Amino acid sequence: MSQRNSLRNMPDENGHYGIFGGRFVAETLMPLILELESAYEAAKKDEGFWKELDGWFKDYVGRPSPLYFAERLTEHFGGAKIYFKREELNHTGSHKINNTVAQVLLAKRMGKTRIIAETGAGQHGVATATVASRLGLPCIVYMGAKDIERQQPNVFRMRLLGAEVRPVTSGSHTLKDAMNEALRDWVSNVHDTFYVIGSVAGPHPYPAMVRDFQSVIGRETKQQILEKEGRLPDVLIAAVGGGSNAMGLFHPFLDDDVRLIAVEAAGDGIETGRHAAAMAAGTPGVLHGSRSYLLQDEDGQVVEPHSISAGLDYPGVGPEHSWLKEQGRLEIAPATDAETLEAFQLCGRIEGILPALECAHALAHIAKIAPTMDKDQVIVLNLSGRGDKDIFTVAEHLGVKL
Amino acid sequence: MSDRIRERFAALAAEGRAGLVTYLCAGDPDPETSLALIRGLPGCGVDLIEIGMPFSDPMADGPAIQAGNLRAIAGGMKLAKVLDLVRRFREEDQATPVILMGYYNPVHQMGKERFIQSAVEAGVDGLIMVDLPPEEDEEFCLPAKAAGLDFIRLATPTTDAKRLPVVLNNASGFIYYVSITGITGSAAPVADQVGEAVRRIKSSTTLPVAVGFGIRTPEQAAAIARHADAAVVGSALVDLVASNLDEAGKARPGLVETVHSLVRDLAAGVRGARA
Repeated sequence: MSQRNSLRNMPDENGHYGIFGGRFVAETLMPLILELESAYEAAKKDEGFWKELDGWFKDYVGRPSPLYFAERLTEHFGGAKIYFKREELNHTGSHKINNTVAQVLLAKRMGKTRIIAETGAGQHGVATATVASRLGLPCIVYMGAKDIERQQPNVFRMRLLGAEVRPVTSGSHTLKDAMNEALRDWVSNVHDTFYVIGSVAGPHPYPAMVRDFQSVIGRETKQQILEKEGRLPDVLIAAVGGGSNAMGLFHPFLDDDVRLIAVEAAGDGIETGRHAAAMAAGTPGVLHGSRSYLLQDEDGQVVEPHSISAGLDYPGVGPEHSWLKEQGRLEIAPATDAETLEAFQLCGRIEGILPALECAHALAHIAKIAPTMDKDQVIVLNLSGRGDKDIFTVAEHLGVKL
Repeated sequence: MSDRIRERFAALAAEGRAGLVTYLCAGDPDPETSLALIRGLPGCGVDLIEIGMPFSDPMADGPAIQAGNLRAIAGGMKLAKVLDLVRRFREEDQATPVILMGYYNPVHQMGKERFIQSAVEAGVDGLIMVDLPPEEDEEFCLPAKAAGLDFIRLATPTTDAKRLPVVLNNASGFIYYVSITGITGSAAPVADQVGEAVRRIKSSTTLPVAVGFGIRTPEQAAAIARHADAAVVGSALVDLVASNLDEAGKARPGLVETVHSLVRDLAAGVRGARA
């Protein structure tokens, strides 16, 4: 495919992906957003930046992460070959560290001395706190009071890493409110503060920047699957909340003949209204700095999402996902809480891997498609995080007292 | 520019005083109390009325205004009802400029053409859309202006000399200078710094400059009124609404009069500022 027609060339110079994306933020933040954009553009062209980042990836994060053939799961479903891209083996247990290392290095380049972040399940908060600690920068993590309750181990980890975890009790006490609070902090401390956004969401340049930092996942996958199978996979599959692990896996493959499946949290079922499936059941709207699919009511008020996974419990999705969906490039699939719990347990039982509840959603969809595919076909799942953080949630749903 | 906004600032200039702009959230705490609050404002000395369009996630506002937004939504306020509120206000007052302030998503959801047309018909004069920077002007600012609505732009302490022309481009009605780098209802502005910023903005535009964020008392309003064409007060009034609710969140008797009483004091402060 020619460069001009590549799906990989988005966004345009104003950060738009078709009608999606953009910079919908208060004027106080605009100079900062523009400063960040030019700093990122300069870093992007600087080989030294990427070399430094590669060094961190190799020796601190533990990259490349393996591409693992899930042999027993493949046998179990009796269809396509299933591979896991093992992002959960990264330092701190998820793909989030790829992006936080890169953004905090960028913050250092910009001379920023204070790091803030928001987190839902805590993975992004832990990853940000880790890198801020390593680089000696103070770190404040905003987290919904409800999420603090259900993710105690990660809250404790962040505190051990020297971060201050600030409970958010405004709005509905969850991730979207934590993001509101982080934006408020940023507005109030624009001179010295860098806001590390954890997903391919927010105002331009964040969606493109986070995607670029996470694309290491897809680049490695491409090389590894060519080594193992001598060809590209038939299907790439990943769970989508905000969508950074999915975008990181998908982006290097956008122009290739590979099916891309984004699995959204269907909660109790999309028909019940208790879900977090922004692309399947939302409509275009503007929240947190960009236009994208959004769960909202008929009056444009944001609807509180629901998912068994705090990491997917976000009412929106990254703008590039929305655009790829409209282009027909991205397939959207739902997985309910119940299907996810079953996939979570199955993976532990027969592969010896407890996946994060986020990726168990994608695994639940594999259970539906793998058996219908040929044995010589290949699926790659982005196993983006460890399930350790989720054992309390799972125990509660299984009626087990820990 | 809307006739009402232009005429009001011309009249203020002729009187040699600054104006008072007040913000209340439409439908807070309930639609009828809200209408009574807003209807009474001109009689208390308010020169321009700013009405908040409730949104579930007002990112640039502090806890007071977010709580006001959520109370209004819980009370059944919808964007169409905000426009209806303005229509009912206009039945009794044809002179006081009304500016709607809010975030883009509810407008986006209603459909911008439908919103613009309804706002003009209801008697709205200007709009402040917090999350629409000049970079997104084609989205909404230009069609709103084409329909005769003023697009009031925020300038902030982070708006440097290079950026100011970008902010002023397509701005109309007046410039709203955000006196602090922060959210509504947080730190108090420093009058001297505000004065300098206002002079800087006025050297680049003929539009009047109103100053808001952090002004809570008649004394603070007076200090700002010495430098600006108008002082804007919001969170202090919204807080007063909140502290006059009963346990069930319903308006206590006297809520309207209590809020109006503070508004009268603020107006007196502003009027006496340059005496």
